[in-house]
Amino acid sequence: MPLRGTDGVRTCLVVDDSRVIRKVARRIVEDMGFEVVEAGDGVEALVWCRGVMPDAILLDWNMPSMDGLEFLKQLRQERGGDQPVVVFCTVESDPARIGEALACGAAEYIMKPFDSDILHSKFALADLL
Amino acid sequence: MKPDEINFVADMARAGAGLRIDREKVYLIESRLTPVARREGFGSIREMLLAARHKRDETLMWAVVEALAAGETWFLRDRPQFDRFRDEILPALARGRPAGQAIRVWSAGCGSGQEPYSLAFMVEDAAAAVLACGVDILGSDICERALEKAQSGLYSQVEVQRGLPIRMLMRHFEKQEDLWRISPRVRAMVCWRRVNLHADFRALGRFEVIFCRQVLSVMDPDARTGALERLSQALAPGGYLVLGADETIDALGEAFIAVGGGLHQRNPAISVAA
Repeated sequence: MPLRGTDGVRTCLVVDDSRVIRKVARRIVEDMGFEVVEAGDGVEALVWCRGVMPDAILLDWNMPSMDGLEFLKQLRQERGGDQPVVVFCTVESDPARIGEALACGAAEYIMKPFDSDILHSKFALADLL
Repeated sequence: MKPDEINFVADMARAGAGLRIDREKVYLIESRLTPVARREGFGSIREMLLAARHKRDETLMWAVVEALAAGETWFLRDRPQFDRFRDEILPALARGRPAGQAIRVWSAGCGSGQEPYSLAFMVEDAAAAVLACGVDILGSDICERALEKAQSGLYSQVEVQRGLPIRMLMRHFEKQEDLWRISPRVRAMVCWRRVNLHADFRALGRFEVIFCRQVLSVMDPDARTGALERLSQALAPGGYLVLGADETIDALGEAFIAVGGGLHQRNPAISVAA
C-alpha cells in the first residue's frame, strides 16, 4: 500500500527545474486528486522525501545539482524510498536511456512535450488512479 | 456549409458507407472536410462538392465519405478487452484445435492500425497452446489513407504515449527519428485490406474473433442491421464479436450471447444462413 497523508489525500512530488513545467504539471496532477509539492532539482527532492515520502513522483531527468536518474538511485537507498511510484517526465527519448530509467525502478515514462491526456494515461498505467 | 451541401454529403455517406451523419453538427462536418478540400486542391468545401457532384468524381466522393467515417483510436483502448482476448478468448479457441490451424482474428474498422497491432502485442504473450495453433490478424478499414498509415507502422510520440505502457513501447517499437515504428516481427503478424462494412465482404472468409468497436454505433440503424448480419455470417460458430466496452447495439438479437465487457459469443445453437 502506498503511504498516505493523515487526511488520506495522496501526495505527488513534481521535480523539474522549470517553474513553468512545474506549474503546468501541478494543475493536471491536482485535477487527478493529488496534493502537489514541488522541487527544483534532485537535491531538493531528496530533502523533501527524507521528511515525508510522497505517494508519487513526477520526475524530470536533466536538472542542475542532481539529475533525475541520480535522484532515483539515491531515493531507493533511503528508508521507505522504495514506496513512491516514480514517473519520469523528460525530453529524453532515446530507448537506451528509457531502459536505464526503467531498470532503476521507474514505473512509467513520459516523453515531453506532454499534455493532460498523456499524464492521465500514464498515471493510470502506473496504477496511480 | 449550406443545407443542400450538408444533405448531399450526408446522403453520400449513408449510401456509400451506411454512416449516420448528424446534419445539425455542421461544425463537425466542416472540420472533417476542410482538410480533404485543401489536400485535393480546392479553395473551399463548396468547390470540392460542386466538382464531386457535377463530375461524379468517384475518387473525390470516397475521399469525402472516408473522412466522415474516421474515428478516434489509440493503443490498447479499453485495455480489459485485450487482456480477455489473450487470457480467455484465445485459450478457449485453442482448446482442441489442431496445431497449425491458425485462429483468424479480424479488426474491422481499425483506422490507423492501433487495434490490430494491440491484438498482435497480446498474441506475443499468449499461452503456448495458442501459439501452437498460430494467430492470423487482419486489419481493415474503409479509409485508404488510414490503412497506409497502419501499414507503415509509424506513430508519433503523442500516439505512442496514450494507453501504451512504456515497457510495451520498448519491446514492440523502434525509434525512427521523431517517430516510433512497430517492430518488423509484429508488423509481419498483421495483414491489411480495405473493407467497406456496408458492402459484401464474404470473400474474407470466416473468423474466430472479430473486433468491431465504435463502428456500428456510427452507422444508420438499417445499415447497422445489415452489417451485423454479415459480421455474424463471417464469424465461426462459437466465435467472438467484440464491440466497444461502452457500446450498446440493440439489433444483436439471439445470434449472440453477451459475455460481458462488450464481448459477445456467437450462439452455437443458432445457425446463420450463409
